Amino acid sequence: MRHSLTVSQNRFVRSALTTVLACSAFCLTACSKPKETKYDPGVTDTEIKIGQTMPYSGPASAYGTIGRSQAAYFKRLNEAGGINGRKINFISVDDAYSPPKAVEQVRKLVEEDQVLLVFQPLGTPSNTAIQKYLNTKKVPQLFVSTGATKWGDPTNYPWTIGFNPSYQLEAKTYAEHLLKKHPSSKCAVLYQNDDFGKDYLKGLKDTLGAKASMIVKEVSYEVTDATIDSQMATLQASGADVFFNIATPKFAAQAIRKAFDSGWKPVQYLSNVSASIGAVIAPAGMDKSVGVITTAYLKDPTDKQWDNDPAMKEYLAFLGKYYPEAKPIDGANLYGYVAAQTLEQVLRQCGDDLTRANVMKQAASLKDFAPGLLQPGIKINTSPSDFYLFDTLTLAKFNGTTYEPLAD
Amino acid sequence: MQNHSLSMIGNFINKSPGARWGSTPVAALGVGFLVVIPFALSDYQIFQMTLIVANSIALLGLNMLTGYNGQISLGHGAFYAAGAYTTAILMDKFGIPYWLTIPVSGAVSYGLGLAFGYPALRLEGLYLALVTFAMGICVPQVLKYKHFEAWTGGVQGITLMKPDAPFGLPLSPDHWLFVFTLAIMVSLFVAAKNLLSGHTGKALVAIRDNPIAASAMGIDTPRYKTTTFGISAMYTGIAGSLCSLAIQFVAPDSFQALSIGFLVGIVVGGLASISGAIYGSIFIQFVPHLAENISKAAPSAIFGLLLIAFVYTLPYGIAGSIKKLQWQYQVRRSAAKGP
Repeated sequence: MRHSLTVSQNRFVRSALTTVLACSAFCLTACSKPKETKYDPGVTDTEIKIGQTMPYSGPASAYGTIGRSQAAYFKRLNEAGGINGRKINFISVDDAYSPPKAVEQVRKLVEEDQVLLVFQPLGTPSNTAIQKYLNTKKVPQLFVSTGATKWGDPTNYPWTIGFNPSYQLEAKTYAEHLLKKHPSSKCAVLYQNDDFGKDYLKGLKDTLGAKASMIVKEVSYEVTDATIDSQMATLQASGADVFFNIATPKFAAQAIRKAFDSGWKPVQYLSNVSASIGAVIAPAGMDKSVGVITTAYLKDPTDKQWDNDPAMKEYLAFLGKYYPEAKPIDGANLYGYVAAQTLEQVLRQCGDDLTRANVMKQAASLKDFAPGLLQPGIKINTSPSDFYLFDTLTLAKFNGTTYEPLAD
Repeated sequence: MQNHSLSMIGNFINKSPGARWGSTPVAALGVGFLVVIPFALSDYQIFQMTLIVANSIALLGLNMLTGYNGQISLGHGAFYAAGAYTTAILMDKFGIPYWLTIPVSGAVSYGLGLAFGYPALRLEGLYLALVTFAMGICVPQVLKYKHFEAWTGGVQGITLMKPDAPFGLPLSPDHWLFVFTLAIMVSLFVAAKNLLSGHTGKALVAIRDNPIAASAMGIDTPRYKTTTFGISAMYTGIAGSLCSLAIQFVAPDSFQALSIGFLVGIVVGGLASISGAIYGSIFIQFVPHLAENISKAAPSAIFGLLLIAFVYTLPYGIAGSIKKLQWQYQVRRSAAKGP
């Protein structure tokens, strides 16, 4: 006779099997401890999505090279395995330096592309436009690519952190030096008629305080002007013996040359956005720029003193391999590279906790971070109450060939 | 010379058999659909739709002036900026509710338009285009002028808050703003349609086609021309206000190359056509994105090529081509019916 189970035995066996299977499934999931990962939108086990708006077209398109150098940096990073096994998916889009377009693109990045954070959006007007939105949506506006002082305001805008040393800090550095070395001089100021120039001017006047009357003449120019000859003539006629050259590269070079050629030869402080030897000093005239004082936080790729510096050599090799169309003399590429290194540091510090809150926490916990391309002695430090990456700047003076640190 | 081609295109679009799209039940259905579809869309898509609707008001304004009345304006960005800043300043400095700023900004732009319309009477064609162009490019600098900074916020601009839906309606702020913008657009479009299909519209077209004959017939040309300038500016100013609410930010740098963009919009959409304003707005919203996707390095060049292709293949704009197709269909149908 066939040996078979009764109906009730059958039922028992079936329920026992089900229970055993359920228990083992439960044990497997409970016991196989997965990594403690915490993800916000844009992050998976293999990818981190980073968004960016950059002026690839329009009046500021020269700065578009920053975005390209960063894309090249992330490409090299991904080839080396990414960060903790995750590759960077870098989505950088054009905002044509137009605030409404920046708003549109950032909304698309956050709501459609679902990026984890927005990295180095460029331009004060564009960033002003997107700041409230990103803070409301609690998306990091990380390492804003402008020096406007207002990005270091963790109380009101905890999701925004700048990158560049603030323009007011730079102006303060010059003004303090002026008060120490030339306390009874008369100053002339040339400034660009926009947020960049006006932020500087405010920094100067605030630091000079009661002695703001030292500024005997301040004259502005528009980025659309062809030359600044007339402005320089006005400044020279004021009888000032100190000149603040708060201008972007093209105009700064013109101003340096004009100041020398017209026989004025004042003590000259130059904004560090125009400190590049290759892009500004050389076109102005190496001999005409002797004595120009500026601040530096990044090494200048056109400065011969760094020719054998290992960090500089590595950077130039990187450019040659990953971004060959780049112009090595353009300091913007080096700037983009250092910013990308800082982002990498922040993401590494996050480990597996890749939430937006932790990204901001790590960005506010950079301690003595000094990538090789920073000037010697300069370090990046942030804290929850200090959202300025660079707290001091060193002064340097051009000696006809290179910049040397200014003796105190 | 320009007026001849404007007349040709305008007459073609207007004399073709009327569009079925304009019929009221269809339009009402369309509007109803638009009011509810945002429930199925992301906030970003609603935002894009809001911009399209708001910009179509600006394009209709410009079309009234250039398409119907033959006065070329390359400076409508100035009226747009005036509207945008009126709303921003009223909301930011005086705490005026957003919906109240719309009629005020309309009135301000209307006044500006009239102020410009009077001296514009002396100018025709190319000269008017140049003067309006000059008006457009001086706007960013005027806004940055330091003595106005207390009002305009200077280069830093003014940030606005998006309004919440009133009466506790279950709509997100983006959805509400879209419905609000749509409501204004529909009323302005209906008003324009009534204006332009009546004797006023015919007077405008007559002035465009042959100003001397028009005034000989008894049409008060200066009055019509200046009033049209005012109304056109008013529409564009209201569009500026609505867009500034959607984008939540105004700055002097927000208005670069807008005027040319509007002209592109009305030519592509269809001159002297009300529906053309909508098509044109969709074009200037999406095609630049398309161009950027095609080429990251030279999006403007791609956009230029697409524009040239459009103008060659659809010389009467999208609205004109639709009417042409309808007309051909009707002709074929009546030919098939036989004598």
